[in-house]
Amino acid sequence: MSPTDSLLRVRDLTKGFAARQVLTSVDLNVAEGQVLAVIGSSGSGKTTLLRCLNGLEIPEAGTVQIADVTVDFTARPSPAALSRLRDRSAMVFQHHNLFPHKTVLDNITEGPQVVQHRPRAQVEAEALTLLNRVGLADRRGAYPHQLSGGEQQRVGILRALALRPQLLLFDEPTSALDPELVGDVLRLMRDLAEEGWTMVVVTHELQFARDVAHQVAFVDAGRVAELGPPSQVLGDPRQERTRQFVRRLLHPL
Amino acid sequence: MPPVDWDLAARSLGPIVLGAVRGTVPLAIVSFAAGMLVAVGVALARLSRHRVLSGAGRAYVSVIRGTPLLVQLFVVFYGLPSLGLVIDPWPSAIIAFSLNVGGYGAEIVRAAILSVPKGQWEAAHVIGMSHRQSLTRIVLPQAARVSVPPLSNTFIALVKDTSLASLILVTELFRRAQQVAAFSQQFMLLYLEAALVYWVICLALSVGQTRLERRLDRYVAH
Repeated sequence: MSPTDSLLRVRDLTKGFAARQVLTSVDLNVAEGQVLAVIGSSGSGKTTLLRCLNGLEIPEAGTVQIADVTVDFTARPSPAALSRLRDRSAMVFQHHNLFPHKTVLDNITEGPQVVQHRPRAQVEAEALTLLNRVGLADRRGAYPHQLSGGEQQRVGILRALALRPQLLLFDEPTSALDPELVGDVLRLMRDLAEEGWTMVVVTHELQFARDVAHQVAFVDAGRVAELGPPSQVLGDPRQERTRQFVRRLLHPL
Repeated sequence: MPPVDWDLAARSLGPIVLGAVRGTVPLAIVSFAAGMLVAVGVALARLSRHRVLSGAGRAYVSVIRGTPLLVQLFVVFYGLPSLGLVIDPWPSAIIAFSLNVGGYGAEIVRAAILSVPKGQWEAAHVIGMSHRQSLTRIVLPQAARVSVPPLSNTFIALVKDTSLASLILVTELFRRAQQVAAFSQQFMLLYLEAALVYWVICLALSVGQTRLERRLDRYVAH
């Protein structure tokens, strides 16, 4: 893949100083319609990397380009520049971060209506279509605390989809879920990948990475230590660190 | 102990309740409403990254909390005229009470805003909201729920503190009781009667607080 047809381009992303270096010269390309799975142990910097892509963390150097928007972090970016970058993507959080004082429906319509100023009727109809697709239309009037963890996370994903972003960012979307609820969320994400959404997924679910991702990045000590198709990174890692990490995840005992 | 003059008790209840309805209650409501605006403003100033602004907020809270309400009331009503600023009793009372409630309320509102998880700000930013939108649509409504119990305390304290306005000639509940007491010389009876009316008002407020909390609880997990 040549960098020119990438929807997401990350160049030389660096965060932190000296001994507390969190990210060091990270380069990434994700083509439109592709899924990048980011794996690595906790503290490796993979979540920080994801959060740099929408300015929740501000890196010290490097550029992030999503579609037609490029932000150069060498100088501190203006709020307007960050806001334009954010408009291109949407994020699904580990702890869903749904708005507890709003109903399921209002959680989904809030962004399109308040930020994008789209008409209420249209936004609501779209939200209901989304809810129908995951079988939660009858919970539209419920508040987040009345849902199960898996339902909450699926609503979190719908809230992101409703923004019609060009890039979906997932920050360990199943790590906080009870094991039996993980499947519903992963299946929805697989369906989205098959529909052609461009996604960056920070995850510990190696099976998801192997079956759904087009590329896997192994992040270690703030660097992309290994990057390639899942068959190679997960099946036949070149680096010893990657091999150890994959083995520990597949055979915890 | 002399027998209770029930006839006087019944006859004086009218003026005292009237003092509550025309004086105490509106004074408390208007001062609390204005005080909440001050409180949110000062809380946001204190939380601001701007150092001058947060310093000003801190100083304000310090002065309000560090001086007696009665002194604040006297500064406005008896003090300002010497600077050529004469304010009538009612507006003086409202100004002093709102500034006072604003100082105490600011700390409550600030703590409530800080109690909203950081992830709520992030979720709001990620769906494209500006700082102001995130604050007004996502964070403040959640902070409101947290601040109901402590703000109810503030409100109830304010209702009782409005009795101080009698000292700057505002005709409210307590001043009415004082007038009848001076006339009839039945001090114990009249002041206990005044105390009873304050208590009834505060009971009603407690009921209101419980209802409000239950209403706001519909979106909180238990």
